[in-house]
Amino acid sequence: MNWIGRSLPRLEDPTLLRGHGHYVADLAQDAAHIRFVRSPVARGRILGIEAPEGVTVYTAADLSDVGQIRPVLERPDYVAVGQPVLPSDRVCFAGQAVAFVVADEAAAAEDLAEQIFLDIEPEEPVVDLDAALRPDAVPTHPEAPGNVLVEGRMRTSGLDAAFAGAAAVVELDLRSRRQSAMPMETRGGVARYDQRDRRTTLHASVQMPHMLRTGLADLLGCPEADLRVIAPDVGGGFGQKMSLFPEYVALVWLARHLKRDVAWIEDRRENFLASAHSRDQAFTVRGAFDAQGRLLGLEADLRSNVGAFSCYPVTCGVEPLMAFAELPGPYKVLEYGARSRGVTTNTCTMAPYRGVARPMLTLTMERLMEDAARRLGLDPIEIRRRNLIDSFPHRSPTGLVYDAGSYIAAMEAAVAAVDLPAFRRRQAEALTQGRYLGLGISVFSERTGYGTPAYAARGMAIVPGYEQVDCALDPSGHLELRIGASPHGQGLATALAQLVADELGVVPSQVRVISGDTDRTPYGWGTFASRSMVIAGGASKLASAKVAAKLRAVAACLMEATEAEIDLEGGLARVRGTNRSTPIREIARAAHHRSHLFSDLEGGLRQTAFYDPFGTFSNACHVAEVEVDVDTGGVRIERFLVVEDAGRLINPMIVDGQIHGGVAQGIANALYEEMIYDPDGNLLTASLADYLPPTINEIPKIEIIHMETISDATLTGAKGVGEGGTIGAPAAIVNAIVDALAPFGVAINETPATPERIRAAIRSARENRHE
Amino acid sequence: MKPAAFDYHRPTDVVAALALLDAHGADGKVLAGGQSLVAAMNFRLARPGVLIDVNRIAELDYLRVEGGHLRVGALTRHAAFHRPVVDGPLGTLLSRVVEHVAHYPIRQRGTFAGSLAHADPASEWCLTATVLDAEISVRSLRGARSIPASAFFKGTFTTALEPDELITEIRLPLLDAGWRGGFSEFSRRAGDFALAMALAVLRVESGVIRAARLGIGGVADRAIRLHAVEAALVGREATESIFRAAGAEASRAVEPSADIHASSEYRRDLIAAMVARALAEAAA
Repeated sequence: MNWIGRSLPRLEDPTLLRGHGHYVADLAQDAAHIRFVRSPVARGRILGIEAPEGVTVYTAADLSDVGQIRPVLERPDYVAVGQPVLPSDRVCFAGQAVAFVVADEAAAAEDLAEQIFLDIEPEEPVVDLDAALRPDAVPTHPEAPGNVLVEGRMRTSGLDAAFAGAAAVVELDLRSRRQSAMPMETRGGVARYDQRDRRTTLHASVQMPHMLRTGLADLLGCPEADLRVIAPDVGGGFGQKMSLFPEYVALVWLARHLKRDVAWIEDRRENFLASAHSRDQAFTVRGAFDAQGRLLGLEADLRSNVGAFSCYPVTCGVEPLMAFAELPGPYKVLEYGARSRGVTTNTCTMAPYRGVARPMLTLTMERLMEDAARRLGLDPIEIRRRNLIDSFPHRSPTGLVYDAGSYIAAMEAAVAAVDLPAFRRRQAEALTQGRYLGLGISVFSERTGYGTPAYAARGMAIVPGYEQVDCALDPSGHLELRIGASPHGQGLATALAQLVADELGVVPSQVRVISGDTDRTPYGWGTFASRSMVIAGGASKLASAKVAAKLRAVAACLMEATEAEIDLEGGLARVRGTNRSTPIREIARAAHHRSHLFSDLEGGLRQTAFYDPFGTFSNACHVAEVEVDVDTGGVRIERFLVVEDAGRLINPMIVDGQIHGGVAQGIANALYEEMIYDPDGNLLTASLADYLPPTINEIPKIEIIHMETISDATLTGAKGVGEGGTIGAPAAIVNAIVDALAPFGVAINETPATPERIRAAIRSARENRHE
Repeated sequence: MKPAAFDYHRPTDVVAALALLDAHGADGKVLAGGQSLVAAMNFRLARPGVLIDVNRIAELDYLRVEGGHLRVGALTRHAAFHRPVVDGPLGTLLSRVVEHVAHYPIRQRGTFAGSLAHADPASEWCLTATVLDAEISVRSLRGARSIPASAFFKGTFTTALEPDELITEIRLPLLDAGWRGGFSEFSRRAGDFALAMALAVLRVESGVIRAARLGIGGVADRAIRLHAVEAALVGREATESIFRAAGAEASRAVEPSADIHASSEYRRDLIAAMVARALAEAAA
């Protein structure tokens, strides 16, 4: 029985859909509740913290033994800034936790928090990205006088010549406005102190439980063994739940200090104010094209607003350095020059969000291709055809090595599927009735499943990347797979069960995947960066293959055959070419209970494997068809198609789910979601009345066509697919809007393309025409 | 996002509710559907000391036609209007408007009267009441009175309702078969607060507008009746260009509000488009 490639219903779902899941808030019932008192201003000096008589408030003074969160990049252009768990002298963004109170009930804690007076002398903040780069800008941190915390720079030797010899130079200024990953479940933790062994267990809604434990132990100055971190069911993370946040440190400190159970369940307002933001980026690029539309050179000035602090462990380099390294995307860029800066401001800290810099860099390259095609009179499909990478391995100007993909083929398949000529006829017909239809495409690469080399290349002091898996066959013939990855909604337990079931000839329901508990799983990095199927999958395959080898050896002994003759399938060990077989559970039982018979056999039925790959590139082409209401600037997505190549599909239904969810967040990025600060650094979008994730009404049916390029870059043939939907959708939608508005000659280079922005562009185009 | 502490009462008749309102004054707050109030309390933007829950007052739960009016009892939920509640243009128009009132689950709970008492500037029902010349019946221990919609809305979240008064009924004049309604709204997402909306009711005979009522909402501190534009429409032919001209005139008639979702300038564009579309729908 081959389980790989089947759309097996997710093993996780019966529990979750029946409401039997355990989220952090479900575990907080008997705990005391913390409420953080947060800075009402973006920047200021703390003069005092006052509490009414009888109210205990915890401040920086109470946490004087606790260290600062201070992630490091080992590169000369990086300025490390420390983030205190609670600040003692100055606040750096509106919403920063300054103190906390504790009460038996969450509402009572909120009542107490209202009585705490923060005496803060406000100072002029720096909020806007480009304002922070002006020579006279106030430094957010004294350590970084120019507000630049990290800066990547490179320039290939032939770049100037490429521009000098260009038939057309296309210049673009693009802006991606700030977003929140906005997981459905906010952050939260329950810290339980156990008097018996003096350990503290933190149940927290996180993506990297092992890393969190390391960070907590370092900051609290205790052995890791004194702490246990458990990620129970987690209601979405999207990168926001990767980082070590001050709130968790405070929570564990308090549980240890009071020797009692304490909980912090973040509310939505706190999540918007103080969890993490992303995508606040401005790119200025120039592309040099020859007359045939070949991209000879690309020069870019990339700025990312990284907010007040540097997220731990990936640091504030995550957006700027990814933008720097991956801007060329799926295109052959012969000469490349880039400067990419991470800029600190008095705003909420940036942390990874599904896609990281790639939605913006894909928008950049796809707008560049469209503009170049228009300038050179080329078909926009043809110009991409001439520039897309087509031989593998491909080495990018920044040294990235792309494994085999289907960049051109995926685009051709997408164009064929939407029937472009038929669309053009429909578009022309609609225009005669005053309706504006547009079609946009977006071709991109998605770097996934990368191990330590990729993170080491960024200079990270803490280098994530590998995964370990512990695979054990118990005497009943069931498997336990203990993984360092920490899935939180992706269906990884199902996919790994399918993978392992094929190695061992059992059914997926016999495989129990254990994750998200530092006591029960090997050290690992968690789930993020479209890595788990590739890396935890690869390690699972290796570990289960070792167990399978032992099973075969034992089976061979029991059935008087050679190991090479044993096939494991259908729950049986069969001797090939005979009718002899033994149930795997009997072999498992024998291996455990009659081990004296097999004392000369190496290994056991519990095996650990380690996997640390270089990484692999998925690729895809998205096509959006839209109708723009030119009177209101409103956009309706009429059709959305994804041609996706994620290598071998372990569970196609799960892959489709990843694409659907990703595209929905891409639509959010393209049209709806925007975190807005006023000039004083107050967040104006701190509730769901003002921050606008799309709902089911705004998400069209998403059509998917799969291609499966199997490269040798991964053990399983699977490539990562977690972020592609988010990466590609904004560019396809923006290109479709620009196409729809071609009669006005309107360019849109900013996301979200809100109705107001679209309407303003139309109005200014009309006014220009009248002049 | 947990509410501040409050006391809670659940009277079962109007007089008991009025007595509670009288006793608690401005510290008392009526809880009907709670779809705005409870969210505001969770944000601690509202912190009433006493909640007076009127959901068990059966005498307020009715919807009937009487004396040339549609009489909407104070407990009538938005969802009641999904299907026309009365034959003729009024029922059709109300069912058209209700699709834009928030989302389906909210419409099961929120009330027509609660919307009016809350007086959100982007409330569809406040605009409807303004354009259709609704009468709002209110009671207190001091007595009963009827307030015309034109005098009821005073500004954002502000009405002519005194702290001890309870809305008991809204009366909407029926529209005879000669009238036709049209409604147009623009919001960022389905169910969001309107960035602009327009409601029009026209009598068109032989292609000529004989009577017109027109209002806009979501663009100022309350719904605005556009009397001058109405007057200019009467006697004109019901054509697209007339409607566009009316839209343009409407957009100049107000100084639209500005917020993070729409600047004043953008709202002018939306007013023009919404008015033209509502008129076109009413004339169709």
